Amino acid sequence: MSAALRLLAALAAGLIFGLGLSLSGMLDPARVQGFLDVTGAFDGRAAWDPTLAFVLGGAVSVAGLGYALARRLPRPAFAGAFDLPANRRIDGPLIGGAALFGIGWGLSGLCPGPAVAALSTGAPPVATFVAAMLVGMAVHQRFVARA
Amino acid sequence: MSTYASGFAGGALIGLSVALLMLLNGRIAGISGLVAGLGRDRGLRRWVDAAFVAGLIAGPPAFALATGAWPAMRFVASLPVLVVAGLLVGFGTRLGSGCTSGHGVAGLARLSARSLAAVLTFLGAGMLTVALLRGLA
Repeated sequence: MSAALRLLAALAAGLIFGLGLSLSGMLDPARVQGFLDVTGAFDGRAAWDPTLAFVLGGAVSVAGLGYALARRLPRPAFAGAFDLPANRRIDGPLIGGAALFGIGWGLSGLCPGPAVAALSTGAPPVATFVAAMLVGMAVHQRFVARA
Repeated sequence: MSTYASGFAGGALIGLSVALLMLLNGRIAGISGLVAGLGRDRGLRRWVDAAFVAGLIAGPPAFALATGAWPAMRFVASLPVLVVAGLLVGFGTRLGSGCTSGHGVAGLARLSARSLAAVLTFLGAGMLTVALLRGLA
């Protein structure tokens, strides 16, 4: 019973996430890159697009309320315990990995959530990006995670 | 609805999804972690993560059904650049333990200093990359 509820909850949460991305405009690589293009406004090349900051603000506000509620609960509704990362260290892999991710994000205007959601649009650039992303993840799993 | 208002409303839905996955299933809604877990985890956990990813992929068509229009997508990179970018995003998000959702939304929502460091780094790297791209173009 609890397994079925957990599956249903994950499916619903995924659908809400995908609807939110679609509504937010963050499936559009040009809009995401327009946020990262902070120098464009200075030389008058392109107006800065602040939409991503509104998306992040809305998301962190609502998620923050949910997490504050979670801290008052003994356990999640359909699982035995809250599964939270224990690692609090700010170290080389964290910063190096985030930097590599940021370079790829800037080059393409795509990050994992929008790219995976947009697979359903059938757009060839999305499929290309996601295939390469899965290879990058497999390379990490094979050569770093198991090293 | 203006671009900023729909951005905030869409963001609120993303936040609702992140909150629900924690309150109901006790899990962080980090897309790079969930996708990578599909190739690694076994048993129920794998199926639950697959259900989330299936829901995520169903999002854009559900949006198209509800509104009558697919979300706009304007691609900015050639196929070779998309391959390089995909490799960097896949490897980097695993090395750095998260992406815009796991560190950016979930991590900031739980006031994690580690996630804040990651967010500032990938935002900075992304902005620098676009500045260089524009400078070279």
